[in-house]
Amino acid sequence: MTRAFLTLALIVSIFSSFACVQKGGNGGAADTGDTIKVGVYVDLTGQTSSFGQSTKNGIELAVEEINNAGGINGKKIELIVEDDQGRPEQAKTVVSKLINQDKVRALLGEVASTNSLAAAPVAQEAKIPMITPSSTNPKVTEVGDYISRVCFIDPFQGSVMAKFAANTLKAKTAAIFGDVNSDYSKGLTQFFEEEFTKLGGKVVAKEAYTQTDPDFKGQLTKIRNLKPDVIYIPGYYGQVGIIAKQARELDMNMPLLGGDGWDSPELWKLGGAALKNTYISNHYSAENPAPEIQNFVKAYKAKFNVEPDSLAALAYDAAKVLADAIKRAGGTDSAKLRDAINSTKNFPGVTGQITIDSSRNAVKPAVVLELDPTAGKFKFKETIAPEGSAPSAAANTNSNSNSGMTAATNANSTNSYTSANTNATK
Amino acid sequence: MDTFVQQLINGLTIGSIYALIALGYTMVYGILRLINFAHGDIYMVGAYAGFMIATSLGFAANPSALGFGVTLIGSMAIAAGIGMAIERFAYRPVRKYSKMTTLITAIGMSLLIEYLFVFIFSGTPRSFPQLLPNENITLFGNATISTSQILIFVVSIALMMVLQYIIFRTKMGKAMRAVSFNITSAKLMGINTDFVIAFTFALGSALAAAGGVLTAQYNPKIEPLMGIMTGLKAFVAAVLGGIGNIPGAVLGGLLIGAAETLVVGYGSYVGIPSTYRDAVAFAILILVLLLRPAGLLGSNVQEKV
Repeated sequence: MTRAFLTLALIVSIFSSFACVQKGGNGGAADTGDTIKVGVYVDLTGQTSSFGQSTKNGIELAVEEINNAGGINGKKIELIVEDDQGRPEQAKTVVSKLINQDKVRALLGEVASTNSLAAAPVAQEAKIPMITPSSTNPKVTEVGDYISRVCFIDPFQGSVMAKFAANTLKAKTAAIFGDVNSDYSKGLTQFFEEEFTKLGGKVVAKEAYTQTDPDFKGQLTKIRNLKPDVIYIPGYYGQVGIIAKQARELDMNMPLLGGDGWDSPELWKLGGAALKNTYISNHYSAENPAPEIQNFVKAYKAKFNVEPDSLAALAYDAAKVLADAIKRAGGTDSAKLRDAINSTKNFPGVTGQITIDSSRNAVKPAVVLELDPTAGKFKFKETIAPEGSAPSAAANTNSNSNSGMTAATNANSTNSYTSANTNATK
Repeated sequence: MDTFVQQLINGLTIGSIYALIALGYTMVYGILRLINFAHGDIYMVGAYAGFMIATSLGFAANPSALGFGVTLIGSMAIAAGIGMAIERFAYRPVRKYSKMTTLITAIGMSLLIEYLFVFIFSGTPRSFPQLLPNENITLFGNATISTSQILIFVVSIALMMVLQYIIFRTKMGKAMRAVSFNITSAKLMGINTDFVIAFTFALGSALAAAGGVLTAQYNPKIEPLMGIMTGLKAFVAAVLGGIGNIPGAVLGGLLIGAAETLVVGYGSYVGIPSTYRDAVAFAILILVLLLRPAGLLGSNVQEKV
């Protein structure tokens, strides 16, 4: 019913914006209104819609808090949410619509890197700042200076799991089983392999699947013959639950490792008991007793009646970072807002202190969580910080930021992650 | 050796599912000369119907053979009803026009079902409950088979035998064969062809739904677009075996399933990456159309133009 209503509302809004255009005035321009329009594009009906729903919830909670506290400089934030169905081409279309018809002043989205990569050039072209809460592929922010993120990136995330496998699990051999169509998965595969090899391990098999594969036993049987100590599966929850299940059916009981793409309430139903002895890297742990995290968890639970996953937490942070930047920029002028976002420093977020570095990535520690299928919960295992301690690394990269946002600095900072030594802090 | 047997078991498991769906394609084609592109989606509808039955009647909480049986038969019945409805309201009104009209209607129907389900259930993958306890049985060495795989083999063979009985031992089956031989003559002989066609759709849809429920026991992720790729491969299986030929559909299904799993398992030795498994089915389709257009078991019939 609500969906039908939303569709109707969408149609009406499209027609009314046409009407605006025909009148010849750009009456919808945000500067004249008394709200600040922010576009949100996420997957609400596709294969990764659990990500989209959490992200939308996190943003809505943050915006509600901001508006209840009087808005930003007296103006309230107005969210316009679009569903991209988890498809890159659709992400591009809805972002064009948000920018050209709804005249949003800033964008929040997507979760999946492939979708963010499709939409980011549109935002860059239109000079509309876009913050992705949780796309971890490094290429996303390389699109241009209007694109930033509040999460860590795959070179770091991949190396975290490699370190965990080599140092904590004492694994000597690993197999990687990734999603061939996902930029996220490909990035993690590459960086896990690099770090794991550097730590003296050996990647004995690299297999791939597609999201429409009817089963995964063919590839798993092949991996089984090589007897790896661990299997790294950098995929999304829709597939990894089944992969875990089918691996256990083939008597493969080694630890399975994954990334933040596993984080979804659906995972427990899909994987069940097979998720024993599995570990993932993630952005935060809801178990963390710190008051700001527990306050967020409490507020989120009260509003949506579910436990916030890390995507919800990142989305909440992204919206708060954006609001903070709008405040510091004194409005929504594109260039000023961009500079304000890119100079975010030590912003106290739920997922840690957020500092945007010269490549417009956030430098933050990652947590390793152990999956507990009987309780349906992620248990905190350890924290792994980027090279050095988080704040000093951020300060280092920040001092470079004046030297321009060239591809060279990008490459440099990427290297500084991958060359990070085994500086695991417990 | 045990690895090869393992891969073969894996391949024949999905092959059986392809075979169940291919039967529906082939029967409808045999009777109407229509490729029912909505058939793959009926497989998805069957899985969702089973999901609704299993969760609403509480079979999810305590696995039992009774729960599985009710879910399987219930979803087959629902899918049969939907199959008949599609035939009645989408295909029958356009049957008198050219074949192309019906074909395009079928494609439209397929999209309608897919996005109707996205609309109702959202596209997020759902987890189908385990209705029977799942255990592993070690055959020899490393080769294992799970009870859900055995279930797929047993139920699909049983259903194919029932189908064989219906087609060759019942009056209705005789009528179906007559209609597929020549629809006009069959009508002149007093056969209610509309009813026979509706029955064929019901039968094919029920088999596809059974495929959906069985797959969901093996790979419990269900989502509204799951029927597209599986349906296409089942279609290729039907063409491979000889479209319109019932044993051919079964053979084609098993061959496609085995071929794609063996590509995953051994393709890399001859330079085919494992992610080309989907391409293999379509490469086979092209080869069949070039070398033996009638399919493996199909007879070459000259069509009057």
